[in-house]
Amino acid sequence: MMEDLLGSVTFGVFFLTTVGIYVVSVLGLNLQWGMTGQLNFGIAGFFALGAYTSAIMTTAPSDHHLGGFEMPIFVGFAAAMIVAGITAVLVGLITVRLRTDYLAIATIGIAEIVRLFLKNEDWLTNGVRGIPGIPRPFEASVGDNMFVFMAIVFFCVVLVYLALERARRAPWGRVLRAIRENEMGAEAAGKHITRFRLEAFVVGSMIMGLAGALFAHQIGFISPEAFTPRFATFIVWVMLIAGGSGNNRGAMLGALVIWLVWSGTGFVTSIVPPEYATQVSAVRLLMIGVLVQVILLYRPEGLLPEKPPNSRT
Amino acid sequence: MTIEVQHISKFFGGITALEDCSLTIEEGTITGLIGPNGAGKSTLFNIIAGSMKPDGGRVLFRGRDVTGLAPHRLFHEGIVRTFQVPNEFSRMTVRENLMTVPPAQLGENLFSAWFQWNRVRTQERDIAYDVDEVLAFLNLAHVADTPAGALSGGQKKLLELGRTMMTDAKLVLLDEPGAGVNRSLLAHLVDAIRRLNEERGYTFCIIEHDMDLVADLCNPVIAMMRGRILAQGTMAEVRSHPDVLDAYFGGSVEAVR
Repeated sequence: MMEDLLGSVTFGVFFLTTVGIYVVSVLGLNLQWGMTGQLNFGIAGFFALGAYTSAIMTTAPSDHHLGGFEMPIFVGFAAAMIVAGITAVLVGLITVRLRTDYLAIATIGIAEIVRLFLKNEDWLTNGVRGIPGIPRPFEASVGDNMFVFMAIVFFCVVLVYLALERARRAPWGRVLRAIRENEMGAEAAGKHITRFRLEAFVVGSMIMGLAGALFAHQIGFISPEAFTPRFATFIVWVMLIAGGSGNNRGAMLGALVIWLVWSGTGFVTSIVPPEYATQVSAVRLLMIGVLVQVILLYRPEGLLPEKPPNSRT
Repeated sequence: MTIEVQHISKFFGGITALEDCSLTIEEGTITGLIGPNGAGKSTLFNIIAGSMKPDGGRVLFRGRDVTGLAPHRLFHEGIVRTFQVPNEFSRMTVRENLMTVPPAQLGENLFSAWFQWNRVRTQERDIAYDVDEVLAFLNLAHVADTPAGALSGGQKKLLELGRTMMTDAKLVLLDEPGAGVNRSLLAHLVDAIRRLNEERGYTFCIIEHDMDLVADLCNPVIAMMRGRILAQGTMAEVRSHPDVLDAYFGGSVEAVR
């Protein structure tokens, strides 16, 4: 009885922590797609960069990969955002002039390059064998406490949400939405489109990098296989579209609902005979697709549609 | 003079849009630009406003060479344009559309938005106040909180004009401001343009097919045809110019007589 209870608490905390990490990712995408209209299909790339950077910065010294440098975890978070940000600047300078669909193709390629780089540069990342022993925050003082980690994830969620919500209500966010709505109009209104696009792309990617770092410290072990487009890119897009792109609260709700459905259908796997496991996992993915279709049929703008911020404040 | 266009040429593949085109828009005038479709009027606007680069020639603004500067740079120089087909921000309110325009807003800097929120808000209040004035001027106050995409065609034209009023414009390029605007709204539009010219000292250059509107509002008038300037002068002069008659009526007046 007690063990059952403990089991469900553990599951609940792990579930909410995972949702929190996805929320951070979705909020980053909402800045790029929801507000600016940039199609970034390379979320996995920035997510992985953040995860690896924080892992290398915070793990104990190892012969198998660069470092580790045993830095405090918050240094790892900062480094994750900086590395994702610098990469986004380089990618952005090349791609920011591209129109949405071309940007999408470019970002798919970049995410793939990042994945192959992490997989093959053994000296840096230990290749396919991955990086184990990634510490949890405050492990020395409070031990490996999942509640503490959940609180830190939630703290990041709140911080990112407040920062992005203020950015959205500010003239900065207004220019981004203007660019999304009508590029020629924004240009005629005297806005330096390239600058704003680049800023949105970089800030959004830095947030994805932070999400990656949180993920690394949640799981404790990362390898290139953890950053497949399915979980790091596809499902983040689904969460944003279902929740309501352009609306930060919608992005958060979308992450919760989609992860609830995904985890919920996971129980099916344990009921059916093991020989059908592959089919079940395909069906689960299919169900997510169907769910998005249903949401878009009845709520074309997502569960929480975008609302204009009150410009009179 | 405000704008001097010198020997501008522009080609699209094998098509000559503008050929050795030279004209001057004098400070303080409402200059009309007329000509049949495909004469090169909008291309000329695109080149002056920086949306296109010419293949030859140059544009001087108040004596300074501004050829090929980016649209946002020219905007800050005081050259503001509207479009033949309105480019409003559809899913943003009419008020937001106008609030976007003022240049050098503190809150357009992300760090100011995060760390100087009170100053940003104060500036927002001032901008909102200016927007209210512009909306009242244009008779758009009742639709201030409507998404711009839901406006009528004529109202969108007014909103385009409103955008030029949210900055210290010096030269305003209007591309067919009267097209698709109903008669009563048109009178209001003409009135608004005239008032902006007199009260704010805007110099206007207007592309327009409605000859009554041009005759009423513009002096001088410049006529274009197949990428060239045909004639320049008062509406009466341009109207009776043989090349213009030929261009518009497809034959010499002598033949008709």
